[in-house]
Amino acid sequence: MLAKRIIPCLDVQDGMVVKGIHFEGIREVGDPVECAVAYDRQGADEICFLDITATHKGRGTMVDVVRRTAKKVFVPLTVGGGVRTIDDYRQILRAGADKVSVNSAAIRNPELIRRAADKFGSQCVVVAVDAKRRADGGWGVFINGGRIDTGLDALDWVRRCEQLGAGEILLTSMDADGTKQGFDLPLTEQVSKSISIPVIASGGCGKLEDFSAIFEKTGADAALAASLFHYRELTVGQVKEHLRQKGIPVRR
Amino acid sequence: MVAIVDYGAGNLFSVANALEHLAVPCQITRAPKVLEQADGILLPGVGAFPDAMEMLQERGLVPLLRHMALEKPFLGICLGMQVLFSQGEEFRLTQGLNLLPGRVEKLRAPGLKIPHMGWNRLEFVRDCPLTRGLPEEAYVYFVHSYCAVPKKENLVAWTEYGGQIPALVWDGAYCYGAQFHPEKSGEPGLMILRNFADLCQDVAQRKTSKEGFSHDTASRH
Repeated sequence: MLAKRIIPCLDVQDGMVVKGIHFEGIREVGDPVECAVAYDRQGADEICFLDITATHKGRGTMVDVVRRTAKKVFVPLTVGGGVRTIDDYRQILRAGADKVSVNSAAIRNPELIRRAADKFGSQCVVVAVDAKRRADGGWGVFINGGRIDTGLDALDWVRRCEQLGAGEILLTSMDADGTKQGFDLPLTEQVSKSISIPVIASGGCGKLEDFSAIFEKTGADAALAASLFHYRELTVGQVKEHLRQKGIPVRR
Repeated sequence: MVAIVDYGAGNLFSVANALEHLAVPCQITRAPKVLEQADGILLPGVGAFPDAMEMLQERGLVPLLRHMALEKPFLGICLGMQVLFSQGEEFRLTQGLNLLPGRVEKLRAPGLKIPHMGWNRLEFVRDCPLTRGLPEEAYVYFVHSYCAVPKKENLVAWTEYGGQIPALVWDGAYCYGAQFHPEKSGEPGLMILRNFADLCQDVAQRKTSKEGFSHDTASRH
């Protein structure tokens, strides 16, 4: 039986792990390779790097981070943030990533999903979707950290992504993100029901029970968290032990 | 030295990274001479069965690899495992390397997601040199939409995904295949690669000492 995956995510800027603190700014907190190795030791099933570097020069730094990480970490590695072209895909995959996630570029140019899937295989094409509840009860797709409403319906968009050849959806709830009140169960359930590719739930987890809830109450295949693991409020090991006690299959 | 066959398909660097991490000398190559000199052969692969066979054929590697798999330890990974079989039915019926009897079929897992992607547990049916030292509960990383249908006697381990999916196969001699990615499977994966590298070294040493022995005998007579 397939194990549910726990994925720690690291925000990387100019080759350093950073974490925003209360919107006041960003502080550097460490070497991404070391952080990734530490998560691997805790039992992370996959590691996600989100590149928040704005400059072109910084992007090369990210490729180098991936290359160095791939020499030390032997679980799947997903890299996202600022991916725009097939060439970005090629560079990141060649550096040793297993999956590349795209967000706004896929919305601007959905053909990127199809082309990447054709060229490198669906298994490495992750589409990151940031969704926010609309007044009518549905969910809209947002970009630029929730600032821009694309006008797309989240359920329509994920179905389209699947048709285009996406291998996985990384679903972030803009409503739950940062609240620590738990994952967005209705959103995750609706998205999982709409498609037959794996869904990674992200945003909102604050305690152990949030992880069991997302797997017990929705069809999510994986759960992703950044701050919670980053500030050592919980370790990946604690989360997996909790899930095991709840009878949810996890990798030992 | 373990040769990683470079035929244009896939995750060569990940496999090389894992071997380098284990301090196993390896070389990414498709040069017949290097493949012949290697102590063992690793055949990776990501993509589709017909494309992989075509690329192997274009590079003239099919007869050589078939020969190598009889002579020294040989491990096919993922698609590299699938092409070890007689034939594959991905897109169209294609002849494989025919080192293991059986065919490769579309994964049927009613109600489950295809591809089978993620960590799944190995269920062992017999011992083999590659599984030495593995814990009873070993999870490994899979990504595939097709699966092999091997002969019962070639199956070392399977995994549960809407049925018993062959995970590790062995011809009983030198030829092994892993449907999962040992290079992405954490500790158990590294242990399998370690075992494979040790096996390569053992076989090479045995060969050298045998050669040395026949040399001695020859010189005495």
